[in-house]
Amino acid sequence: MAPPRRALLALAALLLFSLYLTAAAFQSDELVLNDDEEFEGVGARPSSPSQPAAPAVPSSRRRSADAASAAVGESNALQFTLEHDLGVGKGFTPAGTFSARLKTSAHGTQTLTKLRFMRNELTEDDKDAFKKLLQEDGFYTIRLPSNVLDPTRKDNVVSSIKARCIPRDSLDEHVVIHMDGVNILAVNYGSVGGCQYPRQMKFPSKWTFSSYTILKTAEQAPRTPSFVDQMLEADNGLGEVMKPPEKSFWAKYWMYIIPLGLIVMNAVTAAANIPEEQAAGQGQPGAQRASAAAARRR
Amino acid sequence: MAAPPGRPFLVLLAGLLLVASLATLAEAIYEDQVGLADWHQKYIGKVKQAVYHSQKSGRRRVVVLTEENVISSLDLRSGDIFWRHVIDKNDPLDQLSLSLGKYVLTLSSGGTILRAWNLPDGQMIWETNLKTSTASNPQLHVMSNNKVAKDNLVLVSAGRWIYAVSSIDGAISWEKEFSLDGLEIKQVLQSPENDIVYAFGIAGSSKLALYQLSAKTGEILKDVQESLPGELSGEIVLGSDNVLVALNKARSSLFLIEFKSERISYKKVHVSDLVQDLSGTFKLQSLSNGVITLQTSSTVFLLKLKDTNGLEVVQRFDQPAAVSDALTIAEKDEAFAVVQHVGSQIEFIVKFRSDVSNENIREKVNIDHHRGNVEKVFLNSYIRTDKSHGFRALVVMEDHSLLLIQQGEVVWSREDGLASIVDVTTSELPVEKDGVSVADVEHNLFEWLKGHMLKLKGTLMLANADEVAAIQALRLKSSEKNKMTRDHNGFRKLLIVLTKAGKVIALHTGDGRIIWSNLMPSLRASRFGGMPSALRIYQWQVPHHSIMRENPSVLVVGKSGAESSAPGVFSILDSYSGEELNSMRLDHSVVQIIPLTLKDLSEQRLHLIVDSNSNAHLYPKSPDALNVFLHETPNLYFYSVDIQANVIRGYSLQKSCDIKGDEYCFSTKEIWSIIFPSDSERIAISETRKMNEVVHTQAKIIGDHDVMYKYLSKNLVFVATVSPKAAGDIGSALPEEASLVAYLIDAVTGRILHRVTHHGAQGPVHAVLSENWVVYHYFNLRAHRFEMEVIEIYDQSRADNKDVMKLILGKHNLSAPITSYARPEVVVKSQSYFFTHSVKAMAVTQTAKGITSKQLLIGTIGDQVLALDKRYLDPRRSANPTQQEKEEGIIPLTDSLPIIPQSFVTHSHQVEALRGIVSIPAKLESTTLVFTYGVDLFYTQLAPSRTYDSLTDEFSYALLLITIAVLVAAIIVTWIWSEKKELRDKWR
Repeated sequence: MAPPRRALLALAALLLFSLYLTAAAFQSDELVLNDDEEFEGVGARPSSPSQPAAPAVPSSRRRSADAASAAVGESNALQFTLEHDLGVGKGFTPAGTFSARLKTSAHGTQTLTKLRFMRNELTEDDKDAFKKLLQEDGFYTIRLPSNVLDPTRKDNVVSSIKARCIPRDSLDEHVVIHMDGVNILAVNYGSVGGCQYPRQMKFPSKWTFSSYTILKTAEQAPRTPSFVDQMLEADNGLGEVMKPPEKSFWAKYWMYIIPLGLIVMNAVTAAANIPEEQAAGQGQPGAQRASAAAARRR
Repeated sequence: MAAPPGRPFLVLLAGLLLVASLATLAEAIYEDQVGLADWHQKYIGKVKQAVYHSQKSGRRRVVVLTEENVISSLDLRSGDIFWRHVIDKNDPLDQLSLSLGKYVLTLSSGGTILRAWNLPDGQMIWETNLKTSTASNPQLHVMSNNKVAKDNLVLVSAGRWIYAVSSIDGAISWEKEFSLDGLEIKQVLQSPENDIVYAFGIAGSSKLALYQLSAKTGEILKDVQESLPGELSGEIVLGSDNVLVALNKARSSLFLIEFKSERISYKKVHVSDLVQDLSGTFKLQSLSNGVITLQTSSTVFLLKLKDTNGLEVVQRFDQPAAVSDALTIAEKDEAFAVVQHVGSQIEFIVKFRSDVSNENIREKVNIDHHRGNVEKVFLNSYIRTDKSHGFRALVVMEDHSLLLIQQGEVVWSREDGLASIVDVTTSELPVEKDGVSVADVEHNLFEWLKGHMLKLKGTLMLANADEVAAIQALRLKSSEKNKMTRDHNGFRKLLIVLTKAGKVIALHTGDGRIIWSNLMPSLRASRFGGMPSALRIYQWQVPHHSIMRENPSVLVVGKSGAESSAPGVFSILDSYSGEELNSMRLDHSVVQIIPLTLKDLSEQRLHLIVDSNSNAHLYPKSPDALNVFLHETPNLYFYSVDIQANVIRGYSLQKSCDIKGDEYCFSTKEIWSIIFPSDSERIAISETRKMNEVVHTQAKIIGDHDVMYKYLSKNLVFVATVSPKAAGDIGSALPEEASLVAYLIDAVTGRILHRVTHHGAQGPVHAVLSENWVVYHYFNLRAHRFEMEVIEIYDQSRADNKDVMKLILGKHNLSAPITSYARPEVVVKSQSYFFTHSVKAMAVTQTAKGITSKQLLIGTIGDQVLALDKRYLDPRRSANPTQQEKEEGIIPLTDSLPIIPQSFVTHSHQVEALRGIVSIPAKLESTTLVFTYGVDLFYTQLAPSRTYDSLTDEFSYALLLITIAVLVAAIIVTWIWSEKKELRDKWR
């Protein structure tokens, strides 16, 4: 690949990252607090995640040997490795590097900011393995260390996707990292679009990854609303609510009212008819309707 | 003359109207409706200790202590419960005794709590807290005929402590802590003169210590210590007045320890010298003065102490047998009972100590072979009319049932295995056969009419007291609901329950009677060997169309040992008869059982069993099942929640596992994992949707005619974690240290859809997940109250399908398949409410089509079940709902959830030690069947939106018929009348 193009790509990717970082930054209160300071660094060091083709650093590099002794407010650069498994039995191999800065806030909690991700380029072997994976409809699996400060811990968070979901023009990936302080709880690896079964096999035109990464931290639950002063009012409201929804009088007793009405009508007309000594034959239609109503009730 | 003929009808109709208006609909049921559709059964659990009332008190009662932590007084004539107390699980009862003939004494919580209960009515008299070191085996000894003090002293020993407590008021009269390190008091004895208490203990593994204490003050009068060669197992029984028998650690020899006032002497006896062909583990039991027993899984030996410090075998019982404690019958003599199996019968043998080789009574008793072996015997005597001693015994069987045998017969039995239900499933009853005889119909018609006439009388308040009673009896005994056939509404079903003892019992939903029971041979314990444990019960075969003639069957899965790698046990039972159709011992362990939605051609459900090596095994092992399964393999995922490691992992299935030639075994590949940081989060609960849940609609129309699409994924998992410090009891952590994090996870990809932290909240967490919502219950330390949070999750990717034009033109994505691999666009709405009660179990009502609104079934701390409308737990409730929202039925926001006394579905009953609530849909959409279990069982029918699709049983058909008849008569009369008038007019 031509170097200027690569630089351009890196720049574009960086821009994207910075965009996502802003999105991520609003997830956490601490990040918002230190907003200004953070964005100074983004543009200032365009070359810091240098040498994308260089072999990935297997362990994290820290400025301070002991993270706990780091001064409050000081931020340390650190790196951690993304490893992937192409399912050829070689196990997990390094595939990319995350670099970030570790912030220690005033009350001692540590958070990661300014996350950048640099993919290693795929070797020919990797490409072959990936093609095989595509043909088999196998899983492409990645993993990250569960603690970014302590890579010696053997815990890794794993995430997988059917390999056929990834290829578009290039290999599009979407990584969501769920953090709790310096611990990575989980990583969600996914494609950009949907990926329905049965999945079609498709080779990418470019064997490069275009990556989107998001850092996520937990939301705070809002406090339970408490209306002690409104309690009385609420209780009254509750009393109303507790009553079963009242049916209208008509809805409850229509089956009695209709026949009653008919009979009353019948009687009234009959009563009216007697003094006038006229013929009265309205009983029959009423009778039919009444019995129909009774039958419906059943 | 027009009005007079009409008037009687008018009066009658007005009367009817009046009556009808009285019969208003009510949400709660009336007093006389209790027991119509519900039943409540009381149990006590497996009896571990029993004491009889003394002869003098005259009452034929027995007080028992059970493994379900229940203390109860039973009627010896019928087995009914006089009184019962269910003690909390955190306060396990260890010992039971009677004192002064009027108090029941219980020792619990490792010897720290001593309580006295009033014998006749079970009222608690006093409670004393004792301070002891952590003791493994506390002892309770009631001193007899103490002349030193006026009242009887109760001696409690636990660890290094010994207490003497007055049995009248519970005051501690003296206490003593022995200084010897690691001492554990094993036996407390009384000298015959009652003024000296002997406390006998072991320190470490081989050191014996004997203390002589003054019964009056607790002063140590003498103490003797002696080291034994070789280690002790800790099992020590009393051989006779001054000889203890201890078992050594290798369980190969016995020490006969004789203690006199000054010294301890011991003698070692090899077990193999006494009994030649002894295999397996065994235990000792003290029987009577000078007689002990040695019990193995299959054999019982009676050993007698010889004068010269030796033992001899008096008798051996080669059948599985159990031996009772000794019972003092005369001044000097004691009796004990041995119950052994002889074929299908049990033999009840009573012996006297004075003459061990002879038998006083030898009776054969027939018992149901589904009860298994005899586990415990408690002997009791009574005086016959000829002044001789008669004997009866309570027998505890392997299935935890309790029998009273007397004079060669089972007087009564209690099915107390039902107090420890492990899992529940249901089965439909057989379809009713055609061809009912005419006589039957006529009889039924007459009965039916009579019943309705009675009911009508009741409705019109014309019935007298006898008739009211008859109506009530008729309702309760309604033969309709107890039939052994399927009904139109789907109310009649079989509840098939699996108990801890490995017994499967089918209960009829009509009245809760036992239809069949089967003690699973594969789950039966060898008495001292590995303990098989019953795990789950599933529906195995539910026949439909093609194989309708076959009976449905259920699958019981168990483990053959306590450890997780123990091989599994698999058993298939016929749902109608309880017969075991097939059983097998699996060659792998059972860690997770996944019932699949797939079925093979014979409609057997496919089950996947994951073993401890993370291999998945497919059952049933038929080529047909394999075909069906292989077709779906690429789309099958499962997950496991590892609470120890604090990890959730997702797996997919690979082609085949390492075991060669087993094509039903599949290896698994971990495809995702979520690792919770152990220092800040511990998994408290994980919950999924019920597999059989039906959702009526995926859209929710809100007040302003907008549509919200529910995110309905069967793969949604709710996980809650709490901070490790807050994992203990409420109050053990400060609000700052406690937090609770709730997760909504897609189980296919491991994607965290939603994650929310509650600061200052802690467990215990209870949750229920249904449709697109989850409700969870926890404690808020800041507000000092329990809270319930609701989270509803909506699919935003379908939100723009609102345009009618788009729908007409087909430009919508409603028919697009949903894939977990797509990035979900979800919107989450949540709200929390205060809730008054702490919760023991939570469930949600299930109906056949999911149309009826849901109710949460909350098992409260008072062992009742509260039905709470889901409407109260709506995240869209606001303080001042708009007119539109009001029309939609949104309740104005309140900070706490209402507890309406009428909405307790258990009415006045308590389901003691409530553990689980199961909701089973009936065929009738409005109704759901609710089964609640704990130590008690409770069953009822519930209609969350009331029975909108059927007339209730209470509906008076007779009233309706009379109304119609009256109307028809009125019509005819008026018609005749008008005809006549017309004729008259014409004549004119």
